Order: sequence, then structure tokens, then C-alpha cells
Amino acid sequence: MTNSWTDIKNTDLVIIMGGNAAEAHPCGFKWVTEAKAQRGAKLIVVDPRFTRSASVADLYAPIRQGTDIAFLLGAMKYCIDNDKIQHDYVRAFTNAPYIVKEGFGYQDGLFTGYDEAKRDYDRSSWEYELGPDGYVQIDETLQHPRSVYQLLKKHIAAYTPEMVERICGTPKDKFLAVCKLISECSARDKVMTSMYALGWTQHSKGSQNIRSMAMLQLLLGNIGVRGGGMNALRGHSNIQGLTDIGLMSNLIPGYLTLGTDKEVDFSTYMSTRGFKPLRPNQMSYWQNYRKFMVSFLKSMWGKAATPENDFAYQWLPKLDVPGYDMLRYFDMMHQGKVNGYFCQGFNPLLSLSNRGKVTQALSKLKFLVSMDPLQTETARFWKDEGVHNDVKPESIQTEVFELPTTCFAEDEGSLVNSGRWLQWHWPGAEPPGEAKTDTWVMAQLYQRLRALYEKEGGAFPDPIVNLHWPYRLADDPQPDEMAKEMNGYVVSTVTDPVDPTKVLLEKGKQVDTFGQLRDDGSTACGCWIYSGSWTEKGNMMARRDTSDPANTGAYSNWAFSWPANRRILYNRASADLDGKPWDPKRKLIEWNGTAWSGYDVPDIAPAAKPQDVGPFIMNPEGTARLFSRGMMKDGPFPAHYEPFESPVANVMAPKIRGNPAARIFKDDLAALGTSDKFPYAATSYRLTEHFHFWTKHVWVNAVLQPEFFVEISEQLAAEKNIQKGGWVKVSSARGVVYAKAVVTKRIKPLVCDGKTVHVVGIPLHWGFTGAARKGFGPNSLTPFVGDANIETPEFKAFLVNVEPSNGPAVS
Amino acid sequence: MAGLQSQDFARISATTFRPPDVRHDFEVAKLIDVSKCIGCKACQAACLEWNNLREEIGYNRGVYDNPHDLTENTWTLMRFTEWENPGTGNLEWLIRKDGCMHCADPGCLKACPAPGAIVQYNNGIVDFVSENCIGCGYCVKGCPFNIPRISQADHKAYKCTLCSDRVSVGQAPACAKACPTGAIVFGTKQAMLDHAEGRITDLKSRGFKNAGIYDPPGVGGTHVMYVLHHADQPQLYAGLPQNPRISQVVELWKGLTKYAGMAVVGFAAAFAFVHATVARRNDVSRAEDRKAEHLIDEEAARGREA
Amino acid sequence: MAVRREEERTTVDRYPGRVRVNHWITAISLILLAFSGAALFHPSLFFLSSLFGGGAATRMLHPWIGVVLLASFTILFIQMVRYNFWTKADSHWMRHIGEVVAGREENLPEVGKYNGGQKIIFWLMTLLILVLFGTGIMIWYEYFGATFTIEQQRIGHILHALTAVAMLLVVIVHIYAAFYVRGTINAMTEGKVTGGWAFRHHRLWLRQEARKGVIDERQTPPRGHGVGPAE
Repeated sequence: MTNSWTDIKNTDLVIIMGGNAAEAHPCGFKWVTEAKAQRGAKLIVVDPRFTRSASVADLYAPIRQGTDIAFLLGAMKYCIDNDKIQHDYVRAFTNAPYIVKEGFGYQDGLFTGYDEAKRDYDRSSWEYELGPDGYVQIDETLQHPRSVYQLLKKHIAAYTPEMVERICGTPKDKFLAVCKLISECSARDKVMTSMYALGWTQHSKGSQNIRSMAMLQLLLGNIGVRGGGMNALRGHSNIQGLTDIGLMSNLIPGYLTLGTDKEVDFSTYMSTRGFKPLRPNQMSYWQNYRKFMVSFLKSMWGKAATPENDFAYQWLPKLDVPGYDMLRYFDMMHQGKVNGYFCQGFNPLLSLSNRGKVTQALSKLKFLVSMDPLQTETARFWKDEGVHNDVKPESIQTEVFELPTTCFAEDEGSLVNSGRWLQWHWPGAEPPGEAKTDTWVMAQLYQRLRALYEKEGGAFPDPIVNLHWPYRLADDPQPDEMAKEMNGYVVSTVTDPVDPTKVLLEKGKQVDTFGQLRDDGSTACGCWIYSGSWTEKGNMMARRDTSDPANTGAYSNWAFSWPANRRILYNRASADLDGKPWDPKRKLIEWNGTAWSGYDVPDIAPAAKPQDVGPFIMNPEGTARLFSRGMMKDGPFPAHYEPFESPVANVMAPKIRGNPAARIFKDDLAALGTSDKFPYAATSYRLTEHFHFWTKHVWVNAVLQPEFFVEISEQLAAEKNIQKGGWVKVSSARGVVYAKAVVTKRIKPLVCDGKTVHVVGIPLHWGFTGAARKGFGPNSLTPFVGDANIETPEFKAFLVNVEPSNGPAVS
Repeated sequence: MAGLQSQDFARISATTFRPPDVRHDFEVAKLIDVSKCIGCKACQAACLEWNNLREEIGYNRGVYDNPHDLTENTWTLMRFTEWENPGTGNLEWLIRKDGCMHCADPGCLKACPAPGAIVQYNNGIVDFVSENCIGCGYCVKGCPFNIPRISQADHKAYKCTLCSDRVSVGQAPACAKACPTGAIVFGTKQAMLDHAEGRITDLKSRGFKNAGIYDPPGVGGTHVMYVLHHADQPQLYAGLPQNPRISQVVELWKGLTKYAGMAVVGFAAAFAFVHATVARRNDVSRAEDRKAEHLIDEEAARGREA
Repeated sequence: MAVRREEERTTVDRYPGRVRVNHWITAISLILLAFSGAALFHPSLFFLSSLFGGGAATRMLHPWIGVVLLASFTILFIQMVRYNFWTKADSHWMRHIGEVVAGREENLPEVGKYNGGQKIIFWLMTLLILVLFGTGIMIWYEYFGATFTIEQQRIGHILHALTAVAMLLVVIVHIYAAFYVRGTINAMTEGKVTGGWAFRHHRLWLRQEARKGVIDERQTPPRGHGVGPAE
């Protein structure tokens, strides 16, 4: 989230698209209810199904899954055509006036530089035209044909309301009604917030889905303001925290990136990371990259990280591929290239696409370790459960270790919510039986590995034996110790270079902010964005002060919000070029002539002059990008591509199947299903009654939603002679599941490009362990395809067939 | 609720007196704003957990409603209705939290034959008292909303208590506490009526011109009320009755029949007793004994001849 | 069945043991039903439930006693129905019921085993027991709560209550008559009535019984006067 949950109460219009907040985030959804009740805010829901969110919406528009980009580009076109954009904001705070290099283009669904064999782009043409001063050329009038603004207009020209209806199946009148409400938020005193989740992420062009809305929000001037923003609703209580500290295989904490095997030393590594400003006076905050990185390395290896050894940069693993995402890893496992797998709080047998492939992959492991509070299906992937897990245990040699761990309610620490708030929590109960915290398990393993390395040496013992391990109990690091390490501390006293008697940073103290971090090894910091969370004043994450001056929804003294306790990112953009709020009623921060101040921690140096420094300080441009240069693998502008399995061809570029740069392996590409055999457009999702595969273990939740089902329209049910509550067999190119049929008016057939498209909804949540009835879930059916940029699997759009059935026992 | 005295009740079932109800300071109410409800079932979960109820794990029957009906272990239930509004052409997913309405004039209490098995506190909450319940199911017939359920295990009637245990110590019911969207609010009845006013204004501004409160006068008003988008058609919401009142049959049964029946039988018994005691005996006279002998002889003789 | 000349009196067998047992099962059932029903009918009579072990036990037992009643009454019905068919004489008798109540039966036609009033009681009881049983099933919540709609059950309740009131009135009349007409109760206790009672109330029946013969049970019976047992 750029903003916070509590900030949603400030909005005038909520658009829920690519998510189902009421269903999957009912507690956070209360802020939508607040905005509606207190401000008369409107709620729009765009979804293939009439969801729980839609049930309380002012306006619902159906859309075929996987066509959000067409919808959003159409909305952008509507806003531009009807002059409903916030011109001053767009001109000053986005790269709309920037000139793009000669040679960039887009035709027949492809941007320049595509290599079909590699399924990848050469992105060198997706760049600004730089002047002799090294700065990007701009045209304030936005008229230059190669200005981002003109290129964007040209790019979206095809997405007329008629085209949107043709692609998305959204009736034109509904689309226009949505556009009208959205476009009203281009006014300075009207704000829209976007609430999205995995309905956008889990597509082969998931990142571009999100970018599309971000671009729309920029055109409307809704980023950085109260009640606006791009608000990703995270699906686990701490998935934001996990992302922050390096969830992805190419990341290390604080969104620093792992080096590649070509970056053999620290200076090579740094040469591509400390971005120089692309416009005069800009901050380009990543210029501080080296400080964060060195401090990180110091926290990892302590005294062993010295300037002489590049602060132990060599001890970090290096990537030989762009990333070992879960699709790639399981594909490698499937090829027999993986010996052992640690499954920590993860149930890939049900969570990953194409369960058949996952089962085969796990069967090729020598060992599998499952660390989980629950008895997961993955730990029992070898167990013959009849139709629910049809395997032959005798043919599987994988040795499985189950290590019971604590759940969130049994341990102490911080959870980072969607709004980037680090909230400390305390255990509510003792862990049952032999359950241990994950850190205890990891520390035990580490101690034993270290002993082995110390005794036997081995190929590369250095990173293990030199690891900085300062904890009170060597085999059980405590949450406070780790939290303090993340915040960062002073390794050696730093004095003022001018006056050496003046101590700037005292050895052993916690740092107050990442601004104090240094690149000479005198500070250590596990995760720079968390700096300030546990300072000398104590644990900021444990704060529980509900005061909220002027009712801004910031609650600045409640817990800690990264970065720097900032509640709204890019909050400088809430004020105009002179530093005055766009909407005085919605003041966030303000330039008083000498400094920035207000209700939130300014997202800009307090003394940075408003005319000089742009609000988007993480970008070398200082502005937000409508044109993303080479940052995205699949194009600087979003473009409509069909899902890899789609009931209709791509009307924009009929020859192109799926996102041309998406993650897909050859075998999986060849095995995709087609609409002649699998005619229905399926999507998967959560239900409020359950949380993933956890709560099926809970009696109460199992009572509330006991049994696996799929949802289909009354029309499809009639066509296929399927009874409400009867059994159906759902099949895809990858597998078969049996489910009860929920026949509903909430799913309606869509007409796309003249063809009737039936949507089939498949909730997850069921498996073969736990209290609920045994079932399947969607991932026996989903394809092994991932997003081009972050490789998230395409769980939300695939093809299936549906037939009436006598149920799993008989069939 | 333990430790209550007679004066804490407004009504007690199957008694021949009305408690004085002197502690009637204010009435409480739960307001369920159907227009804010997202059907998440947190209320159902909270109810199961707070009241420690062990409902069975059922089946899917093609709908989201689970369990499929109120039971002795499910005191509140989300009922989902898909309705295509003919006025707007829009689909509406009407989700109503079903459960005891805590009527001001409770039909269950009226029908109950077991003294003290159903009580109404001064604050308006209607509660079932298990130790006094005899499991007859009369409350089921008394209720205009089809709420009480009789357990086949212990033959006791169960329904929502409006968390009378929580309310008695100043807490809101568990469902209201758990509701993530504030669709369930709890307070004094007057405060809830005032709150509803604001909600209705908001709904009307969003085009629901028939938005209104459901506080049916036929049962004297209720201590659980709804804000409905279509208050003119409550039956849309999974059959919420348009104008609920205690069944006339039950009124007759528990009214005239009860008193007249007692009177008629009592009078007849007394009259018979008195008459049989004081009236001239209908006794056999000696003459009749003699005549009988004579007749027997005659007839016996005839019999032998035959 | 027979007329017997005993030492002190002459008696007429009216009910064999099997009928008497059945009658008393029926009678006791009815009384228990009345008490348990009354406990559930009016709060001021709820105390009667303690006779049955409390309210819940009363609720549980009442319908089962009803089943017992139905069974015993069914047998009783089979045993008695043939004496209870309506005749013209019954209509005549009924027209002069006032004289019966006034104790002046001398001028009425001779009555068979049952008089018109008794037959009416018999048929009323049959009818009311059937209705009570039927409505009782409708409101027997433990087993039939799901069989009938709530509205049907409500109607079942009021019908059951009204029928029960009617039944009680009939029972009161029955008991009243048994007490008021002296000598009647012996028929159901000892199984026999005096010759005078039979002569006074059921003369035709006495004639019929006497015609079948007289058993002389006196110690010195006048020989040749009576017939022995047929065997």
C-alpha cells in the first residue's frame, strides 16, 4: 500500500478491481464502510463474479478475467478524451513531458526489441532521450510526438468503449458509468483509492495490471494524497514483512538486490545500483544504496565484514539466472535437479499450479522438510488418499521430516500489515506439544552446520562460520534481538569530521533512522527500511497510541510504519508545485517557505524546495513513470494480452498467445489447454470463511464452509444439466477435480468478441487434511505459467471443462 | 444468567403474575445494517465461539448458507438471497443475519408452559433458561420468526441470548463485537433507532428510496432490528415476515382456550361432585330386587323352554 | 356371563376380567393424561408435573401414555362396540333423559346392556380419543416436529386443547354417572352387578342374561332349578 488501511476512510471513491476486499480482507474493508458511511463515498467493484464486495457496492461491472489492462487503458482513454485528468499534477509529477528515444515503438502486440526465441525483449530502445547534460529531454507542453504523454495517447487509442466491451465483456453502459465516476476524481478535491490484491497479481501480466491502475491514478493526481493511492491488500498478516526482508530469490532485505554471478566484486555490483539523477536537483534516494548495503553486510558478518574484503560481499550467493522463483524451482525439481527442499510455512502441493507436476517434482526429492504449525498436504504428498491424492506411496522414496512450529498466536514479534505498519505482538498461548518457533529450528540447524563446517571445512565454509551471531542464547535468538538488528546499530563511534570531540553516533546505540547509516562499516542494519522501528527510545512497533490529530487517519503514534514512520508514501505529491495542498481540506504536508511539515513525515528532505525536488524521490527522475523505461520486462506501457489459456483470441494481436515475455517453460507451453476441449474461463479465489489451507483445520471455519465447490451461472448449469448442490467434474489440461455445484445469478455469461464466455469460479481452501470435508481446490487445474516480472503463477485465468458427475466416489 | 432476582425480569413464562419490572431503566437493541453486511459470517463464528457451541460440519448444498438452517448449535445464520431488482435491472445479493429478534411481545414466552423457562429481562432481552425448559417445543409455535430449535440430545430449546451474559457486564454481544464492517451495532434501543435514521438517509441518497428500519409493531417492536434497503419488501430477505405477529391460533390457544377450558372443566367437575353428593340417590329399591328375582325366574324358565 | 344366585343376593356378570383390566388401564391412562396435560395447559396446574418427575418428564411421558390409552381403548372398543350400536329404543330413551336424571326410570322402555347415554359416551370417547391422538401426533415434537409445519402444529395444539377439554367433560359425565347411579361401580370392580341394579337400569339385558340360564351358587341350591355350566 502507498497509503494505509486507516487512510481509506478519507476517500471519495473506492475501486475494487483485481481483488475482493470484503471477501478476503473483511477487517480492512471496514474502512471502506467508514468512507461510505461518513463521507458518502462510492464503491465500484469490477470483477468476473458478483462478489461479497459487490454486494455492498454502488456500482458493479462484470469483466472477463485477465482483461483488466484493456479495461484500464480504456478508462485512461476516457479520462484523457474527456479532459478529466489533473493536468498540473501530470505535468509536474509524472514523466508525461519526457521525450522518449527515437526507435521505440509498439506494433501488433509487441514492443520494439522482441526476440521470439528467447521470449524476451532487448529493452534498450525503451529509454528517454538524454540531453548533452545527461538529463532527460522534456516538453512541458506535452505536444512532442515522442513525449510520454503523446506516446501514451497513441498507445491507448484503440481501447474505445466498444473495444473494451469486445475484449472484457463489460457492457458499454456499465463501463462508461465506471469511467464517469473514476474521471470525477481528477478534480483536486476528489480522490479515488484503488484496492487490489491477487486478482491482479496472479496473471501472466500481473505487474502490468497493477501498473495500469497506477498510471490511471497518476493521471487523476491521486497518488500521495489522503484517501488515494495504490493499495495492495496483502494476503497474509505478514506477507508484507516477508517481502520487505527478501521473500523473492533475487532480493535481500529492504529491496536491495542480490548480485549476479557476473558482478564479481562489490564495485561492479554497485556500479549499476546507485542511480544518478535524470533531472536537475533530484534526490534519487537510491544514491544511498551503498550505505544500506554495507550496513546490511555488517549485520550479517559483523567484524568479519571489513573494507578490505568488500564487507564480505563475496559471501553472498550470486544469481546465475534472473531469479529462482517457485515455478523455476519446482520445474528444476521436476527435472530431478533438486535433492532436498525446506518447506517453511508453505503448502506447495495445494498452493502451486499444476498439482500433478508438483507431486512428480516432490517425488524426485531425496528429502523434504516441512516446518509448519499444521499437518500440511505437502508433508503428506506421498500418501494415498484415493481420489483426493491418487499416488502410490511405494513408488515414492522421498524422506519427509515434519517439524512442528508455532503459529502467529504463539510467538512474539512484529507483523507488517498491508499499510507497512510493523505491529509488535505478544504470544496469546503456549505452543502445543513439541512445536518450536521457526527461529529456534533454524538456530539449531545453524549451530550443527557451523560445527560441521568448523570440523570438516568444506568447499566454502566462510559465510557460515563467520556469520555474526551475537544472541543471548546461541541456539534460540529472541525476537527483540532480531528486531534491534533489523533496525540497525552503531558498530563504532562516529565523530564529526570537523570537530572530533563531537560524537555523532555512539558505539552500541540503536540508530534512529536510515539517514544515520554509513558505508564505511561503522553502522550495521539488517533491513534499512525498518530503521527507526527499535531505537534508543525503545520498541516503536509496540506503540499503541490511538491519537490522530485532525482525524487524518494517520495514527502516527500507533506502531511504526516503514519507511521512517511515514504513513503515506509520496506524500509530497499531495501538495502542488508551490508546496500548497491540492485540496486544503485534505492537507497532508505543506511547505511553509523554509521547510515541509504537516500530519505525516514528509517524503522528501524537510528543506527540499518544492520547485526543485520532485516527489518521487526513489526515482532518478524525481517523477512517477507513466512510461516505465526498461524497468518492466514486458513493456514500458501495459498492453492487453489474453491469458495463456483463453476462450477467445487476442483481438488486438491475434497471433500472440499470452504475454510474450511471461514466465513459461517449453513443456508447459506445449501442454496448455485450448478452448475446443476446455471451453470455460475459470478463475480461482478465496472465501471469507477460510484462510488459505489453514482454517480447514479449524472446526468453526469448517462448519461455516464445509465442502469444496465451484460456482457457475444458471445458464451454464441449464446448458449442462447441472443441479444446484449436485456434483460436477471439472477438468483442465492438467487434471480433474470433483466439486459441488453452486449455481448462481452472481456469475453471468459474458459476450466477448461475439462469443459467449462462461465463467467458472473455483475457490481454494480444501485439501485432504483438517476438519473440513476432503476436497480439491483449483490448483490441480491451474497452468504452470507466471508473470513476466515477478513470476507469480497465473492462478486467475485458465480453461476448464465442466460436466455433471456422480461425485468422486462413483466416478 | 445467574444471580438474577425476580425484579430483573419484565416477563416470566408460565406464571400467573407479571413481575413488577421496576428496574426498567432502558432497553437495549442490536441493529443489523443489512446494507453494510458483507456476509463474512464472522458473527456466526463469534457466536459459536463465545457460546461454545459445537455445530456439525455439514455439506455444501449449492448455496453459501452454512449450516443450512438455524439449529440448537447455530443461533445465528447468514441467509443469502440473490435478487434481480426489476426496477434497476441490477443484481442484489441480500444477506441477512437471521436469529432471535427479541420481540417486545415474545410469542415464545407466551406459548411456553414451563414456569421460568423463558424470561424477558428489563432491558428487553428474551432468554431461555435451560434448567426450567421441558423441551416441549411450544416456543417454536409461539415464535413468528421460526427461531427456537429443540436439541434432540438434551431436549432443551436454544436460540440467541443476545449474549445476555455479556450485556449484563456492559459488553456488546459477541456478533456485534466481531462484525468487521460495523454492520452490527449494539446500544440502547433509542440510540439504535437514531443510528438507523442516519443510515436510512444515506441509503436513500444512494437510490434506495424504500430504505427503512425493520422494527415490526405487530410484536411490539423488537430488540434486534434491521436496516433494509427495501424495507417495503422484507420478505425479499430470505422470507423476513412483512408484518409478523404472534399467530392468532397461538393467541387463542394461550388466551381464551386456556382460561375457558380451565373454567368449563372446573365447573363441570365441581357441579358433578356436588350433585352426586347432595342429589337424591339413584339407588336400587328392595322392591326392584324382588322384581328382579321374579323376572329372572320367569326368563330363566323361558330360556329352558326355548 | 351369567346370572348368579349367591348366598345373600343375586348378581349378573357384566364384565369379565379382561375387560375390567382394560377399562382400568384406559381409565388410569386418561387420568394421568388429564393430570399431565393439565400441567402443560395452565401455569396454575404446572405443579401436577411433579407427579411425573418434573416438567421434562411430564412432556416426555404424556404422549407415551396417550399411546397406551389408544392401545387399551382400541381393545376396549373391540370388546364393546357390538353392544353400542344405536337403536330406536336408544333414541326414545334419550328423549326421556330428564326422567333418568331425576331417578324415575320406571316409565322408560327396557334398556339393553347400555343405555343411550352410555352409547353416546362410548362413541364420543372413541371420536375424541382419535382426535386427541391425531393432534397429539402433530404436536409430539420429539418425533414429529419435522413432519408437520409449524402452522399445522399450531392448529394441532389448539385442537388438542379443545378436544381435551371436551374429553374431560365426557369423562366427568362418565364418572359422575358411575357414582350417581349406585351399584354401577361394582360392574368394573367385581365384574358383576346386582339383579336389582340390572332390573332397574338394564332390564332387557337382564332378561337376556337370565334367559341364558341361572347359576345357583348357594350352598344348598334347589336342585333342578338351575342349569349348570354348559360344559
